[in-house]
Amino acid sequence: MMTTTRLDPCLPAGPLDSAWQRTCEGLPLISPANKRRLRVLVVGTGLAGSSAAATLAEQGYRVQVLTYHDSPRRAHSVAAQGGINAARNYAGDGDSVERLFRDTVRGGDFRAREAGCHRLAEISGAIIDQCVAQGVPFAREYGGLLAQRNFGGALVSRTFYARGQTGQQLLYGAVQALLRQVEAGRVELFTRREMLELITVDGVARGVVCRHRLSGELETFLADAVVLATGGYANVFHLSTNAVQSNASAIWRAHCRGALFANPCFTQIHPTCIPSGDGDQSKLTLMSESLRNDGRLWLPLQPGDQRDPKTIPEAERDYFLERQYPTYGNMVPRDVASRRARELCLAGHGVGPGGRSVYLDLAEAIARDGQEAIESRYGNLLEMYARISGEDPTSTPMRIYPAPHYTMGGLWVDYHLMSTIAGLFVLGEANFSEHGANRLGASALMQGLADGYFIAPATITAWLAGQPLPAVNANHPACREARAAAAARIAALLVPAGTGTASPGTVAGGAGRRPVEAYHRELGQLMIEACGISRQGERLQRALLELADMRGRCDAELRVSDHGTPNNPELEKALRLQDFLGLAELMLRDALAREESCGAHFREEHQSADGEARRDDEHFAHIAAWEHRPGAEPVRHSEPLTYTAIPFSQRNYR
Amino acid sequence: MNAPAATITLNLRIWRQATPDAAGAFAAYRLEQVSTDLSLLEALDHLNGQLIAAGKRPVGFEHDCREGICGSCGFLVNGQAHGPQAATTVCQLYLRQFEDGATLVLEPFRARAFPLLQDLSVDRSAFDRLLMAGGYCSVNTGSAPAANAILIGRDQATSAFDTASCIGCGACVASCRNASASLFVAAKLAHLGQLPQGQPERARRNEALQQQMATEGFGSCSNQLECEAVCPKQISADWISWMRREGWR
Repeated sequence: MMTTTRLDPCLPAGPLDSAWQRTCEGLPLISPANKRRLRVLVVGTGLAGSSAAATLAEQGYRVQVLTYHDSPRRAHSVAAQGGINAARNYAGDGDSVERLFRDTVRGGDFRAREAGCHRLAEISGAIIDQCVAQGVPFAREYGGLLAQRNFGGALVSRTFYARGQTGQQLLYGAVQALLRQVEAGRVELFTRREMLELITVDGVARGVVCRHRLSGELETFLADAVVLATGGYANVFHLSTNAVQSNASAIWRAHCRGALFANPCFTQIHPTCIPSGDGDQSKLTLMSESLRNDGRLWLPLQPGDQRDPKTIPEAERDYFLERQYPTYGNMVPRDVASRRARELCLAGHGVGPGGRSVYLDLAEAIARDGQEAIESRYGNLLEMYARISGEDPTSTPMRIYPAPHYTMGGLWVDYHLMSTIAGLFVLGEANFSEHGANRLGASALMQGLADGYFIAPATITAWLAGQPLPAVNANHPACREARAAAAARIAALLVPAGTGTASPGTVAGGAGRRPVEAYHRELGQLMIEACGISRQGERLQRALLELADMRGRCDAELRVSDHGTPNNPELEKALRLQDFLGLAELMLRDALAREESCGAHFREEHQSADGEARRDDEHFAHIAAWEHRPGAEPVRHSEPLTYTAIPFSQRNYR
Repeated sequence: MNAPAATITLNLRIWRQATPDAAGAFAAYRLEQVSTDLSLLEALDHLNGQLIAAGKRPVGFEHDCREGICGSCGFLVNGQAHGPQAATTVCQLYLRQFEDGATLVLEPFRARAFPLLQDLSVDRSAFDRLLMAGGYCSVNTGSAPAANAILIGRDQATSAFDTASCIGCGACVASCRNASASLFVAAKLAHLGQLPQGQPERARRNEALQQQMATEGFGSCSNQLECEAVCPKQISADWISWMRREGWR
């Protein structure tokens, strides 16, 4: 099934140091007069999409931007809390580009490209400069200098932040830059458009088909290059920290048109989230990792101990991360913290409803620094916790549990961020790039903005400079075919309201239908159980069968009532769910094929005697890139990973 | 600690309007025995599940992050934008805030500049056009000076952050008897106007946003301070006074 293939990552030659700068200097340029004639289409307005669109427009391209939101400001980057990494060594603790590079490679457990990680570290400082110039109100020291804090997986303080709303502030900076270009007439902004198909002409990406969410109309957008910056796919698990509408459709549709999908099983389960409770719960809310700077994770030593946590004496508490990892303590990387929390909960130590949570205790920090200091550091997070849980985190330990949060996998891209479809660039969480098998905290914002502000504008120019592309209009057979495919999917889902009686998928005795949400919840339960924090071969095999059964049922039953109104949120959910079902299968296959434990991918068969992940560099030091084959099993290709600057080593946070 | 979750029964009166041009009316629904650990939006999800199962059109409402930061959600709960809890968006409003058997009247934000789309959804794109008019610093990518080259005092940065935390939900407009966007505009002007990076365009920005506010059909500030009371990010209406002074600088 596995083939080593012609996947060319286009890596720079020569030493890693300044490789990106050398690459840039070698890229072709385009004259301003010609740039005005070239069109770039950007799908998504999160950090990567907004920053790329704004920068491309500043450079003179004609840019069209699509978002399914009512405003670019709603993109889910807005919810990123903790911060953004940059190698600036303002803290004087010995940080450097080299150290950030090494931490990123090691944090990703040697499953990311060395050159990409190095470039990220190299660019990181310029991102902070750019954001400050836009008016992003980062936290400051009394002397007026930028403040930094420590984040998981690092021994230095290199994380810049704006209270617990760093993503919001960075996004507003990028969105404002984008809106400035809209006002200047260089960007056309199309809101409430959901991408349903990618258009390729002679194997080159030339546009997309969208559904207008209010009018229901299918629209064709054409360009000389297409950028997907549509985020990650953690909602395949149904309950995650993602926004409710976050979905995989754009990247999945591109995959079905030929873009290889890399490392789909690398999904990050974040250790510190508010646990799930009621069956109607719609999402899991993240509590920033930065809380682990001051919060200590613990569980009762005695299994089943459900006493009020404040009455449990010190001697009967197990500060399990501090015990198991004396060097990093509570600041171990996310995958490690999640796994240890889950194990102890399964062993009966868990607290709260169903024993599905652990304590995150701020008491010691409050005693040390005072309640006021802690509140000013984490204010909005503590308020959010209190609102959702109904408990005061400054007097009662918070209860937290791991939740799907971020997806390292995504569309395969080369060093220029171009997918295996020529002219299709993929940015931010939507691509698979620099986080390997595990992303370090505060690195997502860094990557999204590096891709958008700095990398894609340079490499898209290089692509456009070398390609005399034929003119395409909406009547081109490829456009008509893509529109017809989208229309057919919609037509197959819609049924007139009230005609559900006696057909599969209807609710007993009524004219209604089983809500799409119910199917999605079912998919989520299957995926979190079989392909979540811990995976096992036989269970994955079984999950593939269960999923095939579920897909069969969805094909037969999943229908949406047409109430005669052009907008139809239930139809949107059904279209997204179909794509999640396809992706779920690919994740299971990828998890099954990767016979090793690395980063967030933990296979129970591959662990050491003390329960640590056992990586297999001999057989799996590669990126798995899956090729879609209609009506047949997907093909697993691989891109070997080699390391010249950092020798393979086992992560050791003990 | 492990007490079973409490449940509650709610009477909902919800504004139903299929399209912008259709006539709208309140419709009554009853939610029996729902967990008080649900948010109000999750209760609406629950109701929509029942409507879909019965072959009826679900209630339309805007939402996304469900953690109070994206600004998508927002409607009136018993006449109050985002409901009775201070500093809280409606997605973060949990049913434990309500009495068993309570009646909740849910209706959309009403303002000329926010045309109604469907049920509880309105079009707030006017906010984006306000920002387009000048709610930014004109710096191109790649031309920025070193980040620490300009010092910004901690208090000044904190104050700028407080105003920058506006999520663009529109509650301030919905609660104002003149449907003024003064708090939204003042927050953006104050965010950039308090920072050294925002100084070069400060006067022009003020003029442009004020003008756009009138163009969009937002009214003038009537000093009722309702906007401050409903703002989920607790942005102070003092910034509206600050904005007035900007005109005289």
